[in-house]
Amino acid sequence: MITSKNLHFSYSSQKQFSFPDISCSDKEALLILGQSGRGKTTFLHLLALLLQPDSGNIHIAGKELSSLSSVERTNIRAKNLGIIYQRAHFVSALSVLDNILLSSYLAGNKQDKEKAGYLAEQLGFADHLHKKTTQLSQGEQQRVSIARALMNNPNVILADEPTSSLDDNNCQKVIELLKKQSFSIGASLVVVTHDQRLKDEFPNQVFL
Amino acid sequence: MNLLKISLANLKEKKLNSFLSAMLLTLGIGMISLLLLLNKQLDEQFRRNIKGIDMVVGAKGSPLQLILSSIYQIDAPTGNVPLSEVNALKRNPFIKNVIPLSMGDNYHGFRIVGTTTKYVDHFQAKIGQGSLFEKPMDVVLGSKAAKNSALKIGDTFASSHGLDTDGDAHHDKKYKVVGIFEPTGAVVDQLILTNLESVWEIHAHAEAPATGVKENDPAHEEDMAEPHHEDEKQVTSALIQFRNPMGLLTIPRQVNENTSMQAALPSIEINRLFSLLGVGIDTLRALALVIIIIAGVSVFISLYNSLKERKYEMALMLSMGATRTKLFLMLLMEGLFLAVTGYLAGIILSRVGLWLFGRAAEQDFHYSIREFTVLPEEIYLLAGALMLGLLAAALPSLGIYRLNISRTLAEE
Repeated sequence: MITSKNLHFSYSSQKQFSFPDISCSDKEALLILGQSGRGKTTFLHLLALLLQPDSGNIHIAGKELSSLSSVERTNIRAKNLGIIYQRAHFVSALSVLDNILLSSYLAGNKQDKEKAGYLAEQLGFADHLHKKTTQLSQGEQQRVSIARALMNNPNVILADEPTSSLDDNNCQKVIELLKKQSFSIGASLVVVTHDQRLKDEFPNQVFL
Repeated sequence: MNLLKISLANLKEKKLNSFLSAMLLTLGIGMISLLLLLNKQLDEQFRRNIKGIDMVVGAKGSPLQLILSSIYQIDAPTGNVPLSEVNALKRNPFIKNVIPLSMGDNYHGFRIVGTTTKYVDHFQAKIGQGSLFEKPMDVVLGSKAAKNSALKIGDTFASSHGLDTDGDAHHDKKYKVVGIFEPTGAVVDQLILTNLESVWEIHAHAEAPATGVKENDPAHEEDMAEPHHEDEKQVTSALIQFRNPMGLLTIPRQVNENTSMQAALPSIEINRLFSLLGVGIDTLRALALVIIIIAGVSVFISLYNSLKERKYEMALMLSMGATRTKLFLMLLMEGLFLAVTGYLAGIILSRVGLWLFGRAAEQDFHYSIREFTVLPEEIYLLAGALMLGLLAAALPSLGIYRLNISRTLAEE
């Protein structure tokens, strides 16, 4: 469950953003659509606690988060949020499996290889677990980053343009997996995108 | 999955960079360690043979040459001196022992030294097989001379004139092996000892100038100018032991002023030799330090570049819950790991170098160098290498504390 109210952020006096209020319950999905330059990534970074808003507040899993210190925010992010970025990025020296386990390690959770294997099975890259991430295709990489986001059973999954670098076929696959998996762990799914292909996939939509 | 594993994976990912950094460090550490080892071994070898010898007398010339030829048997002798003058020293109350030496011949590069049993006693050389020389032309072999020349007790051999293997052989008179010494670790091991009379006998009828004297040696010309007495016996030099340190104050001056001989003090000459060698050693040490510093710069550049490339990875790990200190430690570990690898490889390299040097030294000078223990200085070297790795890794890694997570993640 994630809600935001009266979020406002400014990079400079010319570049100011006010964002609409959103609310997304557990097991629900929300699409935030907007053209380039409307502050989509900024909004996502605010929701992901990577940026601190000038005003307004955010609730995740019923907790008020605007008054927390940066260490506490890092902790909440690691335990309660799964983030999927526009282009899948990994620690290039590590294998696919280690990249997935890394999220558990950094969040201070148990490194569950079985779970990583199960997710890889579900998302269809079980054969690639011991390869380097650079050896995978874009679509496969994006699926690995979904697995990484799911590893810690987060309360909220945030996806920033998860499909923009994928072809139609992979786009369809990735978004379906994303919805299915976040539903299965009971998380709220928030997708920020300008990708018009996703319009029909989400009943709940907000426009920036 | 832990920090160490990520560090190692990162080093493996940049194999060539890691290899270059570790190799430079290996070279630098190896050179310094080799210099330390050589310094210690040479010092030990030199001091061991000096022990108990307070002064050397011989023909006038370079005192260092006199010491090198008489004690270490590695340089040409300065010339000859009359035995009577050497024996006169025995009457001095400050002098405990006079050990005359007479040399000039060799067998297969091993010097044949005519002396008295006092020389054997001085080095505490024990007879391993056979007996000590008694008659003229009897010889006792040092352990290494025996091993390398393959001579056995009862064998006879003709010596070659001079100190190199390619001198003219004295075919008319032959030496007979009567004994072999046990190894002593001192200069005796590489000598063939006989009594003084043997050397006189060999050269009694030889027309060549006296042993080891160069054609234009002033000492020798003086000899030739004087009428030559058949019975005036000569020796090359003599090792002197004092009864008490008072001798040191008066005797060298007396010898230099009142006799045709010169007196050389081993401790002073060896210190002089080491200070001469020291210039070369200092230069090599400076070179090694420069290489080590370059190794540090290489670690620095390598980590700096990889950090620029891995900026996004760092931001990603920070967003996933890593603390900046954790990532900083991870980068430090990469530097430390390179430092430890370079250090260990350097220590091994120096041992290989020492082994090679020892082989060459054994061939040329018959001196053995074989001690491969870790020196206390090398512990300091380890501390230095770790400091270097830490510093070279810490400087670029401090950037992790200035990284803007949101901007870095949004940039790509």
